[in-house]
Amino acid sequence: MQKLLTWIDDRFPLTALWESQWGKYVAPKNFNFWYYFGSLAALVLVMQIVTGIFLTMSYKPDAARAFDSVEYIMRDLPWGWLIRYMHSTGASMFFVVVYLHMFRALMYGSYRKPRELTWIFGCLIYLCLMAEAFFGYLLPWGQMSYWGAQVIVNLFSAVPVIGEDLGIWIRGDYTISDITLNRFFAFHVVGVPLVLIGIVAAHLMALHETGSNNPDGIEIKKQPKDPATGLPLDGINSHPYYSVKDIVGVVVFLAVFSVVVFFVPDMGGYFLEANNFIPADPLKTPEHIAPVWYFTPFYAMLRAVPSFLGSQFWGVIVMGAAVMILFALPWLDRGAVKSIRYRGGLYKSWLAVFVVSFLLLGYLGVVPVTVWGQFPESWPLLGTADRATVAARVLTVAYFLFFLLMPWYTARDRTKPVPDRVTG
Amino acid sequence: MTTMSRATALLAALLLAAAGAASAAGGADIRLEASPVNRLDLASQQRGVRTFVNYCLNCHTAKYMRYNRLTELGLTEAQIRDSLMFATTKIGDTMTVAMTPADGKAWFGVTPPDLSVEARVRGVDWLYNYFLGFYRDDAAPSGWNNLVFPNVAMPHVLAELSGANRLVTAEFKSHEEAQAAALAAKGIVVLAPGKNHTYVVKTLAVDTPGALTPVEYRATVADLVNYLDYMSEPAKNKRLRLGLIVLLYLGVLFVFAYWLKREYWKDVH
Repeated sequence: MQKLLTWIDDRFPLTALWESQWGKYVAPKNFNFWYYFGSLAALVLVMQIVTGIFLTMSYKPDAARAFDSVEYIMRDLPWGWLIRYMHSTGASMFFVVVYLHMFRALMYGSYRKPRELTWIFGCLIYLCLMAEAFFGYLLPWGQMSYWGAQVIVNLFSAVPVIGEDLGIWIRGDYTISDITLNRFFAFHVVGVPLVLIGIVAAHLMALHETGSNNPDGIEIKKQPKDPATGLPLDGINSHPYYSVKDIVGVVVFLAVFSVVVFFVPDMGGYFLEANNFIPADPLKTPEHIAPVWYFTPFYAMLRAVPSFLGSQFWGVIVMGAAVMILFALPWLDRGAVKSIRYRGGLYKSWLAVFVVSFLLLGYLGVVPVTVWGQFPESWPLLGTADRATVAARVLTVAYFLFFLLMPWYTARDRTKPVPDRVTG
Repeated sequence: MTTMSRATALLAALLLAAAGAASAAGGADIRLEASPVNRLDLASQQRGVRTFVNYCLNCHTAKYMRYNRLTELGLTEAQIRDSLMFATTKIGDTMTVAMTPADGKAWFGVTPPDLSVEARVRGVDWLYNYFLGFYRDDAAPSGWNNLVFPNVAMPHVLAELSGANRLVTAEFKSHEEAQAAALAAKGIVVLAPGKNHTYVVKTLAVDTPGALTPVEYRATVADLVNYLDYMSEPAKNKRLRLGLIVLLYLGVLFVFAYWLKREYWKDVH
């Protein structure tokens, strides 16, 4: 065995690769609950690829047969229902895990120098995931697949001047049709996954170059080395310590995942929508089109922006900006400390504002705009406006202020002194 | 209209679709009865499939459902062949009908939808109430209307069993009075805005009795809906059973994983 390894290592840096990426990687010893979600995201990625491969073996990317083939998988293919539910649940759980992973970065300042590229690669992963989810959602060819795709592609059609041609170019047709389904299938199973895997590798390599942040935001690489082990005082080998710890996280995650897959695969219409069990009908627009839950915060922003100069494009710009502004985060934050543990009240308050706006916008994106009724007619300016729309506008502004005011409030924040050693 | 502005208009329309959904319903509230459907009651599903084959499977298809799958409900292939199938169909065939979609469109105005996954679209409570919601309406093309699905194209196929209901409407000046009346009423109740700022409470009353008593009819409908629910996801019972085993396994695995972690982490201080 050792001889074989030496033979390989003489020709390919296998041991070096393993040791630099995980085997001899030194991580802070104080990772908490929030640090499980990186490895869990990797797990879900692998699960989506494996179940996806098996689904591809029986799925037919053909407008006349796509819906039938999904039902074939659900009924006639042995264990097809399990593979399909794992894939559909995996799509939603991917976003759950990634949102929690990103929130961890916000709390502990993991995006800050020297980890800017890790953060940027992460944002690119998030963009890829959104594209992957969007393309994949068309494939079952149900009513929601069809009309959801219609709405999103029409966002591009709202671009001034070139919009019309852009829409046709994306669809390959004047409406969502068989050719659109085929190209979305190609992107979903080949194009986006290839890019995604590449960026994930870059994300991990960048992280393992700089070393991990931790809940205290202390750079363990700057600490003196322990003479006995040669490691930083607060560093431990990720293997075996975090290998065995992540296994615990994986088992707990799989339990939660299994509860959804086996007992509530529809998740009350949030993971699989009831309308998507009706085959796509280009002539019948559903009464209520809502995107899947992970897009709803951005959808709420899109709906909240009023049409201006006869164009819906402003909403599209706002929605796009809401995602793209994440990339600027490392340069917006001027705080003296990284972790929320040593930040002052200003940052904590704004982070709370951000979280509340994101969650409420997510809720408002699911429900009709009439959900909270209208303001009374007698109210100046707001009279008869939908309360939910006004709320969504306020929350959209709050979402952006978290980022735009960040250089100001992080610099002014009354931070606490950061200790030399990690705490608990 | 250019394609560009059409696309923008469609986008605007879709963005407003949510608002439209609420106003299209006209603010009507409906109270449904809870359906007594039990997924594990195979006898009920056996009775349900008989009703389904006799009454539904003439116009509606269930093109994803194979006859031989009914053995999961405890029926033998011989029973399925003798009492649920035509002589020309094979046991591995799916539940199709002789009527073409075009004929259906011509006769009913819409093609009767395939019912394979209908229970996942509508939910069991909606379906149960739909079968209870039919009433006589001479203005409707089929002579029937429905409280749960207004102006439905489908005639009341189960009328010989249920008998005929008629619509009872009561008009109220205030919303509170209407709500009180709706709360006091039995069965399905619809509370809708009427003309001139009034509120209308709609309920059903028996006009002519059918072959079954109301209690028997409800049981028949519950069996039918139970079958439709089974048919919408035949693997469901297997899924629930397997889920318990998987969770038990993960529970045991957790104990070992946690123990392993604790052993390794003993030397981290």
